[in-house]
Amino acid sequence: MWLLNSSIGRKLIMSISGVFLLLFLIFHLCMNVTAVFSEEAYNMICTLLGVNWYAVAATVVLAAIIAIHFIYATLLTLQNRKARGNDRYDVNVRPKGVSWASQNMFVLGVIIIGFMLLHFSQFWYKMMFAELLGNHEVELGGTLVSPQNGAAFIRYYFSHLWVVIAYLIWYVALWFHLTHGIWSALQTVGWNNTLWYNRWKTIGNIVATLIFLGFAFVTIVFYLKSLCGGAC
Amino acid sequence: MDQINSKIPKGPLAEKWKSYKDHQKLVNPANKRRLDIIVIGTGLAGASAAASLAEMGFNVLNFCIQDSPRRAHSIAAQGGINAAKNYPNDGDSVYRLFYDTIKGGDYRAREANVYRLAEVSNSIIDQCVAQGVPFAREYGGWLDNRSFGGAQVSRTFYARGQTGQQLLLGAYSALSRQIGSGKVKMYTRHEMLDVVLVDGRARGIITRNLITGEVERYAAHAVVIATGGYANTFFLSTNAMASNGSAAWQCYRKGAYFANPCMAQIHPTCIPVHGEFQSKLTLMSESLRNDGRIWVPKKLEDAKALREGKLKPTQIKEEDRDYYLERRYPAFGNLVPRDVASRAAKERCDAGFGVNNTGLAVYLDFADAIDRLGKEVVAEKYGNLFQMYEKIVDDNPYETPMMIFPALHYTMGGIWVDYELMTSIPGLFAIGEANFSDHGANRLGASALMQGLADGYFVLPYTIQNYLADQIQVPRFSTDLPEFEEAENHIRKRVARLMEVKGKRSVDSIHKELGHIMWNHVGMARDKDGLIEAIKMLKDLKKEFWSNVRIPGKADDLNVELEKALRLADFIEIGELMARDSLDREESCGGHFRVEHQTPEGEALRDDEHFAYVSCWKYQGEDQDPELLKEPLDYEFVVRQQRNYKN
Amino acid sequence: MDKNIDITLKVWRQKGPKEKGFFETYQLKGISQGSSFLEMLDVLNEQLINEGKDPVVFDHDCREGICGMCSLYINGHPHGPDTEITTCQLHMRKFNDGDTITIEPWRSAGFPVIRDLMVDRYAFDKIIQSGGFVSVNTGGTLPDANAIPIPKHNAEMAMDAAACIGCGACVAACKNGSAMLFVSAKVSQLALLPQGRVEATKRAKAMVAKMDELGFGNCTNTRACEMECPKGISVSNIARLNREFIGAKLKD
Repeated sequence: MWLLNSSIGRKLIMSISGVFLLLFLIFHLCMNVTAVFSEEAYNMICTLLGVNWYAVAATVVLAAIIAIHFIYATLLTLQNRKARGNDRYDVNVRPKGVSWASQNMFVLGVIIIGFMLLHFSQFWYKMMFAELLGNHEVELGGTLVSPQNGAAFIRYYFSHLWVVIAYLIWYVALWFHLTHGIWSALQTVGWNNTLWYNRWKTIGNIVATLIFLGFAFVTIVFYLKSLCGGAC
Repeated sequence: MDQINSKIPKGPLAEKWKSYKDHQKLVNPANKRRLDIIVIGTGLAGASAAASLAEMGFNVLNFCIQDSPRRAHSIAAQGGINAAKNYPNDGDSVYRLFYDTIKGGDYRAREANVYRLAEVSNSIIDQCVAQGVPFAREYGGWLDNRSFGGAQVSRTFYARGQTGQQLLLGAYSALSRQIGSGKVKMYTRHEMLDVVLVDGRARGIITRNLITGEVERYAAHAVVIATGGYANTFFLSTNAMASNGSAAWQCYRKGAYFANPCMAQIHPTCIPVHGEFQSKLTLMSESLRNDGRIWVPKKLEDAKALREGKLKPTQIKEEDRDYYLERRYPAFGNLVPRDVASRAAKERCDAGFGVNNTGLAVYLDFADAIDRLGKEVVAEKYGNLFQMYEKIVDDNPYETPMMIFPALHYTMGGIWVDYELMTSIPGLFAIGEANFSDHGANRLGASALMQGLADGYFVLPYTIQNYLADQIQVPRFSTDLPEFEEAENHIRKRVARLMEVKGKRSVDSIHKELGHIMWNHVGMARDKDGLIEAIKMLKDLKKEFWSNVRIPGKADDLNVELEKALRLADFIEIGELMARDSLDREESCGGHFRVEHQTPEGEALRDDEHFAYVSCWKYQGEDQDPELLKEPLDYEFVVRQQRNYKN
Repeated sequence: MDKNIDITLKVWRQKGPKEKGFFETYQLKGISQGSSFLEMLDVLNEQLINEGKDPVVFDHDCREGICGMCSLYINGHPHGPDTEITTCQLHMRKFNDGDTITIEPWRSAGFPVIRDLMVDRYAFDKIIQSGGFVSVNTGGTLPDANAIPIPKHNAEMAMDAAACIGCGACVAACKNGSAMLFVSAKVSQLALLPQGRVEATKRAKAMVAKMDELGFGNCTNTRACEMECPKGISVSNIARLNREFIGAKLKD
């Protein structure tokens, strides 16, 4: 099967899975931004994405895509290390025009997954997973809330400074990953040439920055809200 | 005395090649499979021959000294390849290309060979386009042409400044296809050290594996030499560092005639020498003379100030510049043939008008072209050459004129071959620059690529069959034959002798000394006393080499110094033969200029009555004077004239 | 203005492919900045030979930037710190008095070290042998060269790709040891011309399969190859290769 045993095939898997994850991110971002303007609307979406067959199915698919993206990244990285040979260069210089992110995609990916686990433990585990287990109330900072009350989770976690900082670091890693990932995905499927390289790169940077700003905006807004105790 | 038989077919000039092909013997496909051919070299001639022979069904063993067949020095040819397509409709024809080549070679080439070359030139372009060679095109999508020296038509096809590279990669791709299909067995990093004769026919070679140092034997029904020229005899030349004349020289030592060794081309547009560590010279394509104008200052004091760096060339006023080529040769101007342009540069420098801190350079100026065409057009045409110049000299040729000086570039002389490209040893063929056949005393620009590919794609694959048709009954050879044993022992002894010298001087230091002798005495201007002295000096240098060279390392191992030493040993002998041939040829023609023989205006003075022949030198043994045989050049179709590029 | 400089060289020495390599340090005095990098190494070797030591082995041939033989990794860059040149075109004026220059061989599993700074790049030839050609026989009667007009733009793009000299700097520069730039340049050149278009998909598949088989890494689009390529071959060729390859596989 060429997708699995050719280098371009494996890269295509990375590219397509990456694009799906990007689409999910954009969707997730839209959801989050809703919370800033209307917590009720946000909770409505949370309810919609609770324990429904389509939401669960989508979650499984999403998890599978993340797994594929990660497994292939690992596989490719191992192969690439082998292809590099046993002796390493003594002097390493990043050539002008080569972005730092492009050479550190795997490290960035691992950072992103690490924070994702934190994120899952804080949100998904206590929301969708709790519901799947049949719990109608979960404990959150000493009080019991409905797993469908997503806004409460946001409010609670983003009132802790360390969580805010951790999430901001996460977004930065994500930003780096996307600045390379977006144009790279298009390059891999072959939709690129000298003219479009600059366009894709710019579009990629804009999208990555919007995603970063969006998530950071929500996080910071809720932290600031927590500072003034809901008075503003 | 041996008879020279060049086997030129009878009949009218334009019919000779066709009639040869119509009547030659062929080998049928079943028999081709039973015949092995060794091809040495993977340049334009070697790669195209190996690929073509394999396509026809022969088993080919192909050898090269580089790590890949794609690196042969044909790759460095910049300007272009000639063909008589007449696409620009400027009056070109096969006859005119033939005539220009004969005239450019100062009437010292064979008519029949040159006509055949001009005849197949068009097929070469068809072949290369079909292979995917990205020649330059016009906006309409048709192939573009430019002009080159020695012609009044535009017949040169080109691929930016990398024509040689693109043509070689075309031949290399054809070769690769045959290697992939198993019809060619490729041996890289193998150097041929001897040719093996069995019953007077070439039947194999001895090589040295450059990685392991092992001496190996290979047998075949025929051997083809495509190893290029011997310009590196001069140490500083535009040839690649490893380009050498050793394969050809071994053939000579085994009895193949060496023809016209004195005919060496000095190319007028090379980047001047910068210092004593200089290892090679870089050519700037002749195509630059399409738009560049060559000049030196008119006043001696300006030249002096330029040499001392007190003046910049752009500060010299138009009326104080001497565009000496335009002045002396109004009809051809800056596009006179290479030998003429080189000598004219030397004449100006000798007279004290030379520039650069050494006084050994002239200007090649693009200011006019940039004014006329705009910088962009100039950049599109010559951008990569300008970049190359700037990287080496650290000077921007868009703003200040380039500095150029002549340097050794190509050798028209080489192994003598007949019309079939077979040497005087049956079964031993020589193609491309390695043979002597088509360029006479001077090669026109963009003709080397033409000849290499003509030989490899269109001539040898036919003519070799005429020889092999008799060989179909001959079974494959064993390399255990005593002839192979003897040849291998000879090589082993030679290597051992070199390793035992353990002297004080590095190979390069002796090679540089050889280069000085050659440049000063056998260079652009030769005279009797100088040549006699050169022969004496070369004999001494040979002794010095064999008693004082220092080769570190071991013989049976990767040993770059040993490789260089083996080549240098031959270069010294080639140098002596060049001097000897120059001494014999008491005339000036093309690249061979004897100061005793010149017109009052300083042009070359040919002597058709006494020297209208090919000098064929026959080896007589170590330290023996070689015998000179003469192949008369009887012109049936062209009337010899004084070469005139003035009007 | 060029002057004479003193430098320190850290040169990788390695006896053979299986043996362990190490750095050796040499001092060179009075090197003219007008000389080329390889001429500087000639001086070093002359010095080593005079001292009775083994000279440093390195590949080089044409010394004018076109044969693709020279292959040194200098101060962290294939072909050294200058742009769009090969090692042989690098001049000492890029260095200053007192500099330490580190010289390493191409390091990649696809290019095993033969000795010192000399590596084996025959893998590139094998890739070309697998399909980097137009299947046309020589010597026969072919259509006239001008039978098919080719848009200038395509011919120029083909020439851009064809400028590759097969030196392997792309593999040396790539942190993944990937040969995609090399392969894509040949695939692009031939795919852009009508003569090569006919076999374009077959060629892309064959060459990629061979490249993978020979142990080159996967491209992650870092563009280091493009930045270090002495001939400025663009990664847009890699996009074209991807397009050709994926298209071909989808049609199968």
